[in-house]
Amino acid sequence: MSTSSSNRSGVILAVATFVLLGGGIALALLWAPEDADQGPSQRIFYIHVPLALTAYACFFWGAWKGLRLLWTREERYDLEGYTAVHMGLIFGLLTLATGSIWAKISWGVWWSWGERQLVLFLILFLFYSAYFMLRYSLEPGASRANISAVYALLGVVLIPVSFLAIRLAENFIHPVVFTRDVQDNLPTEMLVTFCVCLAGMLALAATLYQNELLGKRLDERVRELREVLQ
Amino acid sequence: MSGYIRDAAALARKDLLLELRGKELLPAMALFVLAMLVAFRFALTSEQEAASQGLLWVAIVFTALLALGRAFVPEREQGILDALVLAPCDRSAIWLGKVLATMAFLLVVEAVALPAFGLFFGGVSWATVAAVVLANVGICAVGTLLAAMAVAGRAREVLLPLLFLPLAIPVVVGGVGATVADDPARYLAFLGLYDGVFAILAWATFEYVVVE
Repeated sequence: MSTSSSNRSGVILAVATFVLLGGGIALALLWAPEDADQGPSQRIFYIHVPLALTAYACFFWGAWKGLRLLWTREERYDLEGYTAVHMGLIFGLLTLATGSIWAKISWGVWWSWGERQLVLFLILFLFYSAYFMLRYSLEPGASRANISAVYALLGVVLIPVSFLAIRLAENFIHPVVFTRDVQDNLPTEMLVTFCVCLAGMLALAATLYQNELLGKRLDERVRELREVLQ
Repeated sequence: MSGYIRDAAALARKDLLLELRGKELLPAMALFVLAMLVAFRFALTSEQEAASQGLLWVAIVFTALLALGRAFVPEREQGILDALVLAPCDRSAIWLGKVLATMAFLLVVEAVALPAFGLFFGGVSWATVAAVVLANVGICAVGTLLAAMAVAGRAREVLLPLLFLPLAIPVVVGGVGATVADDPARYLAFLGLYDGVFAILAWATFEYVVVE
């Protein structure tokens, strides 16, 4: 195991996260112009949307690892895929929380079925929570690795299908009353701030992913050694 | 290829034959869906009558869960699944056979449920019938894959609904849309898309779920 080299890249990643995310938040609070309609509360956009995109990235990363596992049958992809989905669920929960706060401030309600992204994240939250239930009910081994991988693959297919379903459902459930399309014609300052925040959030996810993976690998190694000693 | 179809048909026939002799599942499903429709009658106030159209889809999904929950239990209990995996046939034929059998069960139960729904709540449109048939394909395709996953774990009965319901939400959307919308074609197309996408995915990945 090349612990020292992975540690160095981990430190670089952590520093990059700190700089990017800190800089992004500073830009969002101090530099980006205030939204004409929503005022200061719109600034949660720089956290909420990057959180959501990072959660998607984690879910796709997990599914990619699942695909690699089914393809190559290499054991290490199992742990990597699991860790990616784990990170995705954390970022997904934060997306739900920040979205809920934003909805409360701009519309006065904690939850709105009119906000597609939030509804999608609620479905994904249910889906990926079941991933953990499934994983913990299976004995560790090749079978669990395969089943987790297939389930993670189902997830990334579910994302676009659910999004389409939510759009279709709006025709017969509720007309969309609220619109919050801040992404249309974003001024340059806002776009730059958003991109820095997104890069910071992705770097944060990568740092957490690497640390978690390192910890889990060590855990596994300790368990193996203990078995040898007994 | 004809051998493949023959394998799947033989497996489906085995399930249908078992049900025909044992009669464990179909009467239970039929009674369950009828009881649910009666319960819905009292869950709605008179202004909410229109909501029954949506509840029909909840009833269908829950009834399907009943069949899917049992789908691989005999195989697991008697160790048949290991034998099937060892048999000289394509593993996805096991999936196809199970999908066909489950779909047959669902169609029989819906042949009871839809007229009963029409009787209790007034009318079932042709679009609804088409949507039910399309939805069956998607429900069985995804459900069979998930049932094979759930049955491998310790908490089998509890697990399947958790795995299945988030994936069934698009089916409910398509079904309810086809039932209530003025132009159901869009929703039927969506159900067809769902069927196609998830059937291919489940067909391709089933092998990994049953093989170690």
